Amino acid sequence: MTSLSGSHTELLASDRKRPERRIQAAVRARGYWLLALIPLTFLSLFYFYPLLAILRLSLFPDGRFALDALRPLYEKPYYAGVLWFTTWQATASTAGALALGLPAAYIFARYRFPGKSLLRALTTLPFVMPTVVVATAFTALLGSRGLLNQILAGMLRLDAPPIHLQNTVWIILLAHVFYNTSVVIRLVGGFWANLDPRLGDAAAVLGAPPWQRFRRVTLPLLLPAIAAASILVFLFNFTSFGVILILGGPGFATIEVEIYRTAVRLFNLPVAAVLSLMQMAFTLALMALYTRLQARLTVPLDFRPRTLTQHAPRTRRERLLVFGMLGVLGLFLLSPLFALLLRSVTLGRGPTLAYYRELFVNRTGSVFFVTPIEAVRNSLFFALITIVLSVIVGLSAAYLLAGKGRGRLAAVLDPIFMLPLGTSAVTLGFGYVIALDEPPLNLRTSLLILPIAHTLIAFPFVLRALLPVLRGMNPNLRRAAASLGAPPARVFRHIDLPILARALLVGIIFAFTISMGEFGASLLVSRPQFPTLPIAIYRFLGQPGLNNYGQALALSVILMATTAVGFLGIENLRYGDIGEF
Amino acid sequence: MKTSSPIPRILLVLLPALLLFLAGCAYPTLPPTTPPTTPTTIPAPEALTIVTHDSFDISEEVLNRFHEDTGIEIKVLKSGDAGEMLNTLILSKENPLGDVVYGIDNTFLSRALEADLFAPYDAPALADIPDDLELDPEHKMLPVDFGFVTLNYDIAWFEQNDLDPPDDIADLTDPAYKGLTVVENPASSSPGLAFLLTTVGRFGTEGDYTYLDYWRDLRANDVQVTEGWSDAYWGVFTVGSGGEGDRPIVVSYATSPVAEVYFNELESPPTASVNTPGNSFKQVEFVGILARSPHAQAARRLIDFLLSPTFQEDIPLHMFVYPANSKADMGDLFRRWAEVPTEPVSVSPEDIARHREEWIEAWTDVVLR
Repeated sequence: MTSLSGSHTELLASDRKRPERRIQAAVRARGYWLLALIPLTFLSLFYFYPLLAILRLSLFPDGRFALDALRPLYEKPYYAGVLWFTTWQATASTAGALALGLPAAYIFARYRFPGKSLLRALTTLPFVMPTVVVATAFTALLGSRGLLNQILAGMLRLDAPPIHLQNTVWIILLAHVFYNTSVVIRLVGGFWANLDPRLGDAAAVLGAPPWQRFRRVTLPLLLPAIAAASILVFLFNFTSFGVILILGGPGFATIEVEIYRTAVRLFNLPVAAVLSLMQMAFTLALMALYTRLQARLTVPLDFRPRTLTQHAPRTRRERLLVFGMLGVLGLFLLSPLFALLLRSVTLGRGPTLAYYRELFVNRTGSVFFVTPIEAVRNSLFFALITIVLSVIVGLSAAYLLAGKGRGRLAAVLDPIFMLPLGTSAVTLGFGYVIALDEPPLNLRTSLLILPIAHTLIAFPFVLRALLPVLRGMNPNLRRAAASLGAPPARVFRHIDLPILARALLVGIIFAFTISMGEFGASLLVSRPQFPTLPIAIYRFLGQPGLNNYGQALALSVILMATTAVGFLGIENLRYGDIGEF
Repeated sequence: MKTSSPIPRILLVLLPALLLFLAGCAYPTLPPTTPPTTPTTIPAPEALTIVTHDSFDISEEVLNRFHEDTGIEIKVLKSGDAGEMLNTLILSKENPLGDVVYGIDNTFLSRALEADLFAPYDAPALADIPDDLELDPEHKMLPVDFGFVTLNYDIAWFEQNDLDPPDDIADLTDPAYKGLTVVENPASSSPGLAFLLTTVGRFGTEGDYTYLDYWRDLRANDVQVTEGWSDAYWGVFTVGSGGEGDRPIVVSYATSPVAEVYFNELESPPTASVNTPGNSFKQVEFVGILARSPHAQAARRLIDFLLSPTFQEDIPLHMFVYPANSKADMGDLFRRWAEVPTEPVSVSPEDIARHREEWIEAWTDVVLR
């Protein structure tokens, strides 16, 4: 009905002012190309240029193709094994994150309960935790002398610990689920929350049982968001590095790990370059598949404000469902974090704040000492720049891809936009060293290289969060507003922005999270006087002594707290009615 | 069809903003242009940059002293661990990141010299540095500090379990020590590589019982391997994180016990290192002037400073290694708790460079696959 009246108004309008429309069309076309300039310029300067530079240097060291150096690649079946392991562990990890994340997303999307935003903030915290610290938390809980083993051994009267997870593939999968579930919760949950529940209700009226309603109505509508979350989680697991090295131990290797070992330890840049290309080719192929799928999945939707889609759990069954699910989440995602908090105030002695106090003391008179406040400030400073850059690049990329009649363009550009996520950080880090070394791009030792590198990982999150909403947005809303005489800026302000705001906030949350975490930080040349929180944590872990370990834990807790406060701050961003949706 | 998306124009405003921002970012990182105030002499630069690894640390007071003496500020850039740093240096050879490099060690020495990164300098301070540390006769790389990779054990654990602590790496293959040891992966960790080299130097690569036989036995005795030192020390070693780990023997440094004492203000260390002959590997760290540095003269003054007792005496309690300059006092704490291991195993830098990949590959096949 609305669509009919929409095209009707347009017909009338086009009859009346044809010349103006042609000019407008030209402006729009030029606008699109200028819009394309933002993400493409950014990617060209900070992704393709350094990447091509390092690949060329690696593969053509003396101007000739380094064929000899590549021999290990085809002589050893080992590398095929690495590719296989990388793929299957990423698939399994993604399935795990979906299994835990989807029910949780449902709870967060459809129910209101006390402490909800705090809980949602807490579930995203794993994302920022340095791997070494998470590893010790996992060991504290699941290690052979860990809590779980002690409890089980006590209950079952066993002499030996029943659970052996360390250095097995299980702990890798567990850690990946621990790290990535929040991506599913936020991306799918955010989309789900604004989905019109009346569609399901209508099916119910027609007699569909709950499972049928989910399978036939809700699930198909959710698929774009689920696919978006899956692809991000998959790529994160596919290029996993720290988890594999530290929790999996030396018996496991993803392609990313192998690139690192080959380039940094064996100085074999040609093999590392080919492995990087393999990783990227895989990412591209996957993305091409995803893009084709995505185009078929999208249907226009009427998004509803959350006040209409959410309610408190009413029946006993609903309460059981909500609080049961929250219990599972708490056990799985929060217990390792809680273990860290507990250790930071009990390590080596009774309850103590000694490690927190010690953080403010420069006992060795070190030139690199920073107070935790300065480290927090540095981290927040980098995060803010990352957010600004990611929103600019991500928003323009999203509009570029979602534009009408841009299907073919999207099919080419979308995989390219996701490519940074599937690219080896080691390779890119070396690329920065050799390519960004001269004015006007003399950035390799600049403080800004960190947020720029973070933006490469973060803007795809903004893009993925926005796209399902932008594509699903009923175009008639805009048309109606325009036909009522609203200029484009007002259409954006009053139609797009309120509907997009939530998704944008989800994107901002991830940009913030990625920047606060440790992503690639160690692979860039750093200015030690400006350490971020994760770098300061690693510094404490560099030398023996319980006091250093205690301070690393205390600083990890500060990192968690800062990030949680940041989440709450971002989630409560309100400007007029924007963000209320 | 009117599908006007109003967004482009809004983002059009943002595009110049982005470009301006990036231009702004780039600007302050340009090297400070020193105006040629005194054209007759070579002007001293305002600042020199030391490129180093993540473990580099020194007190503010000492670093500032160079500035007070010379008017030249010292900037520090860190570039990962020793291996990552060397990679970065090689890649940036034509347009170096800094003027002076601190922290190439003897396991990477040949590689660094082959890459021809450094300019030679016969520093006067070499007279005070023991000859056995001078591994580069051309003096492109000058020894600045040294340390030892060796076994550490948990003293209390061995007392409680009524077992003699190990005093030889050969003990670790004894069934009595089954499942007690954690080592680092030589492919990814510098102490891990040093320990592999200890076994290479000790058991050799040919004969009845080679280093690979030793590792086969160690594997049969349930040795655990971690990627890096932090994972081993904090995650697995019983002392490290105060009770989470479950192995009382770890590959660490001869100076780890003194670090335990120093950072925890203890009376005596909870750990001990195995310093008997043939059980440790000496790691020598070097400094050098990057050949392409435009400030060669000032860089030499910086090298003199790094090798001077002022700087050298600050090394032990910041980086937990021994000063190379024999005139530098290592301090009471080090004298008391950081005994220098006797007769460390030696493998020449040339051998290491030639066989590193092969030894690591063979080790990986025997221990991990």
